[in-house]
Amino acid sequence: MESATTPPNPVLRKTPLNAVHRRRGAKMVNFGGWDMPVEYPASGGLMAEHRAVRSGCGLFDVSHMGDIRVHSGKSAGGALAAVQHITMNDASRLAIGQAQYSAMLYPEGTFVDDVIVHRLGEDDFLLVINAGTREKDISWVRENSKGFDCRVEELSDAYTQLAIQGPRAVDALRKLTDANLDGIKNYWFTHGTVCGLKNTLIARTGYTGEDGFEIYVPSDVATSERVWNAVLEAGKEFGLVPCGLGARNTLRLEAKMALYGHEISEKINVWEAGLERYCRMEKGEFIGRAALEKAQAAGLQRTLVGLEMIERGIARDQYRCLNEAGEAIGVVTSGSPSPTLGKNIALAYVPPAMAGIGTPIWVEIRSQRCRAQVVATPFYKRPKKAQAL
Amino acid sequence: MAYPTEYRYTKEHEWIVVKGGVATIGITDYAQHELGDVVFVELPKAGTKLAAGKIFGSVESVKAVSEIYAPASGDVVEANAALHDKPETLNTDPHGAGWLVKVKLTNPAELSSLLDAAAYEAFIAEKQKEASS
Repeated sequence: MESATTPPNPVLRKTPLNAVHRRRGAKMVNFGGWDMPVEYPASGGLMAEHRAVRSGCGLFDVSHMGDIRVHSGKSAGGALAAVQHITMNDASRLAIGQAQYSAMLYPEGTFVDDVIVHRLGEDDFLLVINAGTREKDISWVRENSKGFDCRVEELSDAYTQLAIQGPRAVDALRKLTDANLDGIKNYWFTHGTVCGLKNTLIARTGYTGEDGFEIYVPSDVATSERVWNAVLEAGKEFGLVPCGLGARNTLRLEAKMALYGHEISEKINVWEAGLERYCRMEKGEFIGRAALEKAQAAGLQRTLVGLEMIERGIARDQYRCLNEAGEAIGVVTSGSPSPTLGKNIALAYVPPAMAGIGTPIWVEIRSQRCRAQVVATPFYKRPKKAQAL
Repeated sequence: MAYPTEYRYTKEHEWIVVKGGVATIGITDYAQHELGDVVFVELPKAGTKLAAGKIFGSVESVKAVSEIYAPASGDVVEANAALHDKPETLNTDPHGAGWLVKVKLTNPAELSSLLDAAAYEAFIAEKQKEASS
């Protein structure tokens, strides 16, 4: 058996909260070149963290993610035009204070990265991108916005990004801010004072399938640790625990949220990934549009489905999918036990003919064939809460 | 958790103890702690031949699959059926009720090259020092 914990590695990048995680005895792993906590044994580990987010709240250090600001050049309008050119969703539909899930595509219609686009102002946008693709994305944005009158700033290292997620997240954060959190709808944001820090971006976004917030505070270690500790203290009465990347993955998988390098990549197009609702072909030209039009006409070769294991076994990333005859017909992109459902679930690419709910699919697990079936996704949907108007 | 002095250990964090001609094999407390909550265990059937140093099964946590290496060669007499429904036993009692397989050894001399409890404890102490320095 190999060891799960990596020793400190000077080559790995660290967030400002790295010492905090290590002091807490977190199990650390190399995630895309970052030294990150995968779970905190002291608070019960992955399962406990996952359950805390579903029933109460959890706190994640997601500072490894990247931030790119695109705003006006000499005259207004250039930033919006650039963002429209490089992303597939329609940023012009965003109100100031609103965010949208989107993606940057290659000319082939496949994924550079997925991204959350926040409209900070009329012609001012913040793109939040993945940790593992930071450098690629910033180069892509700079290169492809050259023809537009806009300024591109990489702000990733300026922020410590914390995600507070779960049905009680709003109650925990309310104790730390003067912002009216009930006034922020899902995928909207505001700026307010958090832990005494003025003008802090507070977004009702997240990667868990629960209600929650992401806050962006200054990245100096002292401030970062102070805010982290303040959130832990404020959230205690609501069951808040620190959560690592292990729980982050099981939570997003249950909610059928894509992970770059798995469900989306430079080899997969928007239609295959099932992300058509975030792709606004009618907005006009954008990188990848022409290829997507062609692909739409040609028809789908493979499609992303949810699987539930029927026979004993855990389907995992890159395991082959087989049909009844034992022929390889697809591949698993992500898979794991589902703490909420008590079943083993997975996402996989299969031919459209095998995508119907209930279709049996066999997964090759270390030389054995384990039966699974196609199920509806998301695997988990958070219960609807009555919203005060 | 103390490491039983009558057991022998491998650098891959398996343990083995022989009683009345039958060897019992498991994974160590260090291994279960590294793994986290065990959710699935895959073990060979009775009659399977194990070869020292070769993979004979796997232990899975939510996050990862970890393969288990045979500390010594032999024929599987019994696999721990209780782990089928209660894989978490590997976490709570890795040196006792969490045993993996019972084996009839075919070459008991192989045991002499394994670590004793003191050597294994020194080995993992070194690993833990690396991890926190």
